[in-house]
Amino acid sequence: MSTPSLLDIKDLHVHFDVYGGTLKVLDGVNFTVHSGEKVGLVGETGCGKTTTMKSILRILPMPPARIPGGEIYFKGQDVLKMGGDELRRMRSEGISMIFQDPTTALNPVFTVGQQLEAVVKYSIEGKKLSRKEIREQAIIPLKEVSMPDPERMMGSYPIQLSGGMRQRVCIAMALVASRELLIADEPGTSLDVTIQDQILRLLHQLVEEKNVSVILITHTLGVVREMTDRVYVMYAGNMVEAAATEELFANPLHPYTHGLMAAVPRLTGGGVSDGIPGRIPDYLNPPPGCRFHPRCDHAMDICRQEKPAFYKLGENHEVACFLYRDGEK
Amino acid sequence: MKPTDILTFTDLKKYFVIGYNGILKREPITVKAVDGVSFAVREGETFGLVGESGSGKSTVAYTTIGMYRPTEGSISFRGQSLFDGNKGRPLALKKEIQIVFQDPGSSLNPRRTIKQILELPLQIHRRDENRLEQVVQLLEMVELPPDYMYKYPQMVGGGEKQMVAIARALATGPSFIILDEPTSALDVSIQGKIINLLIRLQNEFHLSYLFITHDLSLMRNVASRVAIMYLGKICEVAEAAEFFRNPYHPYTRMLLSSIPVVSEEEEKLKPQKIISTGEIPSPVNIPSGCSFHLRCPQKMEICSQVDPVMVEMEEGHTVRCHLYGQPD
Repeated sequence: MSTPSLLDIKDLHVHFDVYGGTLKVLDGVNFTVHSGEKVGLVGETGCGKTTTMKSILRILPMPPARIPGGEIYFKGQDVLKMGGDELRRMRSEGISMIFQDPTTALNPVFTVGQQLEAVVKYSIEGKKLSRKEIREQAIIPLKEVSMPDPERMMGSYPIQLSGGMRQRVCIAMALVASRELLIADEPGTSLDVTIQDQILRLLHQLVEEKNVSVILITHTLGVVREMTDRVYVMYAGNMVEAAATEELFANPLHPYTHGLMAAVPRLTGGGVSDGIPGRIPDYLNPPPGCRFHPRCDHAMDICRQEKPAFYKLGENHEVACFLYRDGEK
Repeated sequence: MKPTDILTFTDLKKYFVIGYNGILKREPITVKAVDGVSFAVREGETFGLVGESGSGKSTVAYTTIGMYRPTEGSISFRGQSLFDGNKGRPLALKKEIQIVFQDPGSSLNPRRTIKQILELPLQIHRRDENRLEQVVQLLEMVELPPDYMYKYPQMVGGGEKQMVAIARALATGPSFIILDEPTSALDVSIQGKIINLLIRLQNEFHLSYLFITHDLSLMRNVASRVAIMYLGKICEVAEAAEFFRNPYHPYTRMLLSSIPVVSEEEEKLKPQKIISTGEIPSPVNIPSGCSFHLRCPQKMEICSQVDPVMVEMEEGHTVRCHLYGQPD
């Protein structure tokens, strides 16, 4: 018996209508997060990671974005059919998101305290609190992210803080109300490696304490390996591989995953591989069939015509590639 | 045979005045971006300079290229000082030292075609040659098709833009190139191609590189020697392989233990988990003594009072820390 899934995305398509035509960005994304699970999402810049996450929260600008097909279920409710109140409740109590760049995620003209208090105030449970209580509630998460001198920080503006401290504020904001799902969009990318390490460790610890589920978006494979239970690999708007983290690193199957792994420079030395030739396709005219075939060494005739389904290999390993259509290679 | 040094930094200092204190007696407030850096890059090698943002690695690069004049100290290229009197740098010297910047999106002029971008250094440094032929040759060197010269930078991908920037640096026929985080704005899948191109060019034209990055795993694969910078000073210098096998400075260990890695083998190379704490302080108020003592897990009393000096632990491996030899 499988654990009930917290988030379930089924065959999601997202298109953007632009001047030159329609950008077919997401092309049938399937994605599941179980309760209490830490899921990683990896892929190159522009492969649709952030678009997927934004459609979960319904914060994609529409238009130009359009969702011509697909379903997103959060705790059994269809997010795409939610009305204003339900949507607000989901955003305030259900899902929160940490953005990539803490500098642009915070409003520069309000103090940290004002921004945190606003989150408390507009979360449903905050509606009946007095101003003093709101302030008390707002300072708790700042303490939880081990912010030095939280009282003083409440009165600081974002520009007075360093990058690492700003990211801590963003995490604190995401933790204000008790959440069930936390989406962290490259939380360490814009930070230095020692600071990234601190932020990720903090995130890990908070997630364990509060038992929230996490979706960690990143293009650093090492981060995924250290932080997550299960990984999805995404390429050009498609999920190409999904596996338990250990399994994926021990036995990557999809040619794209192979390429990504090989491209990571290793501490053991030995040079760098040339990486994957070519680049992410043009979403106006994506290649037919498997979208990876123009860059793939193993491309066959069928890859140019049909889109591969997810083939299940082993307990926790699925891959969308015709190389594996007959089960084990 | 001992390789000769191509570029020598001697006690280089660069301070920036960012404001003034006091009303009657105006005391300048300075940022000590680079504060006494000495090292030498050898002919034909890739010297890696690693540090967090704000550690002064880019200031070292910009001073070398001539964007800044050093406050104190000197840089010499094959024995010739780069800052001679008040005259500008001679053209022959400018030709020898070139730079590739971090973000090709902003280092290439969006209003010029790639041909115009590549022609500019040719016009100045190689006036008597056939320019069109040269541009084609440069594009070939970086593995771009010749018809790219009529494109504008925004029409090509991020990796290709960086290749144009590399071609521009090669245009003058330099012997020394500064690579200021050449791949940090790019995806890993493109990074490999750029790095391998740079290595190939190095062998072909016998170039020396000063490679600046914050990615230690990348550094392990490209650099022959590595220096770690922290708050304008160098903490440790060593051969790349030795450096990862046997790091001495606590900061180096902290950096190494913070790297996210993808395999068990690499995990074993990391020092036992040293928890990274604190952040790089503002270079306006540099802590007294050893500038790292606020974050150091092994700090002693002396660390907050006396700035340590460089000691040689093994041949070619120097470290600046009180744990290894105290000054008398």
